[in-house]
Amino acid sequence: VTVRDALNQALDEELERDERVFLLGEEVAQYDGAYKISRGLWKKYGDKRVIDTPISEMGFAGIAVGAAMAGLRPVCEFMTFNFSMQAIDQVINSAAKTCYMSAGSIAVPIVFRGPNGASAGVAAQHSQCFAAWYGHCPGLKVVSPWSSEDAKGLLKASIRDDNPVVMLESELLYGVPFEMSEQAQSKDFVIPIGKAKVERPGTHVTLVAHSRPVGHCIEAAAVLSKEGVECEVINLRTIRPMDIETVEASVVKTNHLVTVEGGWPQFGVGAEICARIMEGPAFNYLDAPAVRVTGADVPMPYAKILEDNSIPQVKDIVFAVKKALNI
Amino acid sequence: MRKMLLAALSRVLQGPAAAGRTAARVMVASRNYGDFASEATFEIKPCDLHRLEKGPGTTAVMTREEGLQYYKTMQTIRRMELKSDQLYKQKIIRGFCHLYDGQEACCVGIEAAINPTDHVITAYRAHGFTFTRGVSVREILAELTGRKGGCAKGKGGSMHMYTKNFYGGNGIVGAQVPLGAGVALACKYFGKNEICVALYGDGAANQGQIFETYNMAALWKLPCIFVCENNRYGMGTSVERAAASTDYYKRGYFIPGLRVDGMDILCVREAVKFAADYCRAGNGPLVMELQTYRYHGHSMSDPGISYRTREEIQEVRSKSDPITLLKDRMVNNNLASVEELKEIDVAVRKEIEEAAQFATTDPEPPLEELGHHIYFNEPPFEVRGPNQWIKYKSVS
Repeated sequence: VTVRDALNQALDEELERDERVFLLGEEVAQYDGAYKISRGLWKKYGDKRVIDTPISEMGFAGIAVGAAMAGLRPVCEFMTFNFSMQAIDQVINSAAKTCYMSAGSIAVPIVFRGPNGASAGVAAQHSQCFAAWYGHCPGLKVVSPWSSEDAKGLLKASIRDDNPVVMLESELLYGVPFEMSEQAQSKDFVIPIGKAKVERPGTHVTLVAHSRPVGHCIEAAAVLSKEGVECEVINLRTIRPMDIETVEASVVKTNHLVTVEGGWPQFGVGAEICARIMEGPAFNYLDAPAVRVTGADVPMPYAKILEDNSIPQVKDIVFAVKKALNI
Repeated sequence: MRKMLLAALSRVLQGPAAAGRTAARVMVASRNYGDFASEATFEIKPCDLHRLEKGPGTTAVMTREEGLQYYKTMQTIRRMELKSDQLYKQKIIRGFCHLYDGQEACCVGIEAAINPTDHVITAYRAHGFTFTRGVSVREILAELTGRKGGCAKGKGGSMHMYTKNFYGGNGIVGAQVPLGAGVALACKYFGKNEICVALYGDGAANQGQIFETYNMAALWKLPCIFVCENNRYGMGTSVERAAASTDYYKRGYFIPGLRVDGMDILCVREAVKFAADYCRAGNGPLVMELQTYRYHGHSMSDPGISYRTREEIQEVRSKSDPITLLKDRMVNNNLASVEELKEIDVAVRKEIEEAAQFATTDPEPPLEELGHHIYFNEPPFEVRGPNQWIKYKSVS
């Protein structure tokens, strides 16, 4: 099942399950979704549940948050998270902070979702990763699925969560098929927010990633395995609240840490992981400084050779592991 | 017949002469409540209309009970705001404090025209609305002083007070307008014939997100009344210096609009009734401009006289004060006596004093609760403090 179909299933199931759930965003209804994530949903559920909006991010994000405050459960799609910057005030100041400011009397059960980070050849204004920006803010939950199971389980969990959730998908993953277990086919399949998954057990080094780079880590692990290095690959799944315990337990075992992300290095997800590892029990088990693999510290260029070298590639991960292990 | 005579009398008796004659009329020591009229009809200013054939009527009926209730409510808000001024100058209230005195007819008039099941959202000049929507003066003042008895347990402060069907109290100028339209969308979605009143100021009226909201509200026929409280100044900038068009009631362009005398509670009430009926009938949104005035500066850190004259403020106070206008109407139309209203004043002062007493003696929220309410309906978890060893428990 492709990630796209998994997301579609999740939306369909949650729309059916709870009448208060509805989807709004640009092109989500009659166009079937800019990336076809909401294919067939408008036809099935109609204008009331699947709403096409004008190109007014700040306005429709605010409308979605207000609807959530008044008891609905909106899923607000940003065509890409780059456009969420226009609406970021509504996400942070209206959605994230309201439960706290009201001492728990106003809940905002909203999901903001859409593709995040690099795509293919879309250049600088359409390629930014927002994991660090949204992950920074208390009051939000931020999830970043990799596989189809992740996508389905996390979207369903996010919609059922009574808090504002930012779900950072990846356009490049939409078309990728993944195995889906029996369990994942169930209508009540949810993945707990705030729990990382060990995708591949290993002994020599811990690789931590989220979203598409998880796949690159698994590829890198296969390459390294041939050279006798066994990588433990952790799929973070959730950026906030971050499951640092799973990472710590792994580092205690492997003594080496490499973080991998698509976003920029400064103040990134990897930086946070390193800081937390230093603060915790796992620090004493590190045999070498942690290494970060990130997007290059440049606005995303267009030409293929430049773009390819601006995001973490398998070879970069392999190189980083060897540096960490000093081999 | 007697009612009409009295109404005619009220038009004739204006200004200080009326007070003298009223005083003369009530020289009789005890006055029977049976002596009062049960209601009176008043002429109110017609509204300026935009894309509307007809507006609210030019007469309004007010009963004695209504008048007394409006009076008490407005006076309570007035005194509450003045008490807040005092507490702020004593440094017992900190941070931002945006006072509403002068604008009381707006929030009280709106509340008089809608149902408790309708919804209201406004910006940061919110204490009046917090009160009319049902929060006690005690809880409002205690929130301002940052105590655990505050309506947001001291977590929110002046700009973040909420209650049922009242969504604050919003600090970011203009952001509350899309939120209000979203509440209206929920009203339409749930189909319970409720509406949302979304307020903003003359300053916020120039925010882009408001125009995005006008578009969607009109497109989707959301039951939302957009109310611009035009108090002539956005902080220190007069409307002429901020807006290419100061006809705020026309700014919704394709959305019909009304411009209303915001100092006259009956004007406000009738206009909002008209607008609420319009929205409930499924016609979509309306824009309403309430022409009003704030006596205080923008906030407590603004003396409010560098961009306007003391004479202007004084003129509004003497000619258009909403509480005085109501009082004169009631007394001149035999709906209440001066003594009776004075008794209400005394009761209000007492209530405010007691509330202030509570607000200055109630303890601050316990430090252990610093991490609470980050999430809703969530199992307890730990929140990091200023360093990795300081942890707070977070409970929903």
